[in-house]
Amino acid sequence: MNFDLDQDERALQAAIRDLCKGVFPMETVRSLEGSGGVSAETWGALEEAGVFSLRLPESDGGAGLGMTAAVIVFEQLGRALVPGPLVGTHVTRSHGAPVEKLTLISRDDQLIPYLSTSDVVGVLDAEGVSVIRQDEIAAEGIAQPLDPLTPVWRVSSLPEGKKVSDAGTAAVVRLEASALTAALLVGIASAETDLAVAYAKERQQFGRAIGSFQAVKHICADMLTRAEVARAAVYAAGVHLDGNGDGDTARAVTGAMLLASEAAFANGKACVQVHGGMGFTWEIDAHLYLKRAAALIALHGGVDAQAEEMAAAL
Amino acid sequence: MDLRYSESDERFRAEVRAWLSDALPKLPAKPGPHDWDARRAYDTTWQRMLHDAGYAGINWPAEYGGRGASPTEHLIFLEETERAGAPYVGVNFVGLLHAGPTLIAEASQAQKAAHLPKILRGEEVWCQGFSEPGAGSDLASLKTRAVLDGDHYVVNGQKIWTSFAHVADFGELLVRTDPDAPKHKGITWLILPMDAPGIEVRPLRTIAGSSEFSEVFFTDVRIPVENRVGEENDGWRVAMVTFSFERGTAFVGELVRSMKLVEELAELARKLPRGNGSAWDDGGVRRELGLIAAQLDGLWHLTKRTITESERTGVPGIGGSIFKLYYSEVRHHLGDLAMKILGTAALATEDEPAVDHVRGWIHAMSISIAAGTTQIQRNILSERVLGMPKEPS
Repeated sequence: MNFDLDQDERALQAAIRDLCKGVFPMETVRSLEGSGGVSAETWGALEEAGVFSLRLPESDGGAGLGMTAAVIVFEQLGRALVPGPLVGTHVTRSHGAPVEKLTLISRDDQLIPYLSTSDVVGVLDAEGVSVIRQDEIAAEGIAQPLDPLTPVWRVSSLPEGKKVSDAGTAAVVRLEASALTAALLVGIASAETDLAVAYAKERQQFGRAIGSFQAVKHICADMLTRAEVARAAVYAAGVHLDGNGDGDTARAVTGAMLLASEAAFANGKACVQVHGGMGFTWEIDAHLYLKRAAALIALHGGVDAQAEEMAAAL
Repeated sequence: MDLRYSESDERFRAEVRAWLSDALPKLPAKPGPHDWDARRAYDTTWQRMLHDAGYAGINWPAEYGGRGASPTEHLIFLEETERAGAPYVGVNFVGLLHAGPTLIAEASQAQKAAHLPKILRGEEVWCQGFSEPGAGSDLASLKTRAVLDGDHYVVNGQKIWTSFAHVADFGELLVRTDPDAPKHKGITWLILPMDAPGIEVRPLRTIAGSSEFSEVFFTDVRIPVENRVGEENDGWRVAMVTFSFERGTAFVGELVRSMKLVEELAELARKLPRGNGSAWDDGGVRRELGLIAAQLDGLWHLTKRTITESERTGVPGIGGSIFKLYYSEVRHHLGDLAMKILGTAALATEDEPAVDHVRGWIHAMSISIAAGTTQIQRNILSERVLGMPKEPS
């Protein structure tokens, strides 16, 4: 048993963190609002770094890595609030999809994220995975999406599409997408903690840093705790999906998604609160983390569905 | 990362399982909760059985008579004993988990030789004299005074929350030896012989109705200087060694028990009638159970992380404080939900189905207080891990 990042995993984590620092500083992330969350340059950098191909065999231009590595990478993408159809593109590419941007939805979803910047939409249903070219979908853009960096479209009719994989693959895709969404969320939960802590150390009131007051520092301790437990669960989900787990894989993934959702949502609100009045301004980044968390959770079916799934396993 | 156990770990698990299935039927009947002489006998008998099978002091170094097991083997041992329903350490708690590890780290050769083998064999029971009525979370403000008189310290004062004091042979005692020094710098750690004249033990009754804690009063109690562990006025540091042990794997048994309890509670919810159906028909109840199950799973993964980290670095790291804080909250939630599901059935506290769930609900309130309250854990995490400034004192 080794549940600590090994040398390669640490190197991967550092590399992707550096990539995010270089390509996705917050000004860049904010500027992507004008182009539907994705630019040729930012997407190109992710492609080049192997974010979407890392699980493909080396003979296919990949790095031959597994879901554990993917989870480590996606945690960093979440931390940097990188927008775009990251999960759908990565997961379907890993199962043989061509080099395209793919946004992944469920058959009965009413809204599609990142439609304008995606080449294709992947649709999950009981039969399997189908793909539909972006321009074959009739949909209307939502003027003010909850997360300014998760633009969404309301579908008026969704064509059947071309079936590309069976129900078995769809089930795997679903689990992998959950684990990677959970990884994005746990990255967000940590970033929110860091942001709140940094502000609480710097902001002076009553003649001292507000972070010296227990009323404030206890909020931060709870943020750390939620993020750390969720991180352990998310890494465990990745390890289970690689076949190296110590329990039921579906349960590990569902639990990870539930804890990461709770952590990112609660930490997002706490982060706004710690920032006080400034937290309620558009200028401070706190709301962007919270809104991304809320959007990812909602697009993934919500926490109640995962809690029900956990209960069904009891 | 890999969560699978190695072949040798699995062999160890099989060995522990086989031994437990052979040993547990040989235990005498469990004594009543207030029959302390019988409880001491029962717990020390179990300790002797563990010792003779080579499982005593599972994580103690082999040179002090322990098994020298790796942190992973320790985890497996705690998991298997809890799953098999084996007795917990009971009256041996302080000796095995606090005093013993402290003696290993800080005591003289003579002190180690005098106590460690007896603790492991179940021949010596220890209690802890740290907290005082005026020194709880602010433990370093303790006032029990020790004055040097020749080759003895003369102790006067009062301790509280001393577990198993009335059946203990020795106690770990923190005393004030320099009242003029800053509070952390004037404390000394002594080995207290519980049969010394001038000690009075008065049991407390807890909200659980139990009687394992006592108040201990000291009137001119003479303790030989040779019973001092570490230097005079260096007792705070010596005591802190114990606390890092306390926050390492101390809650694994608890966690395994709670994981079992959440399954039992789900089963109970399916059976208990509510309206035309059962408590399980309430989606809110189901989702709360699902969330608690995910949180306990998360703590299981966190434990494995902490254990791997301590295997690599040799110290427990921050996982212990995070575990303690998060587990306390989840344990409260689990208890509160059980009370909601039980309804009036909770009033018959000693009967099925209430008994384990109501006990657990009350127990939760001690978990968030003992060994550093939830609020103290939040101070530790925010100040030592997040580097936030201390509140001015």
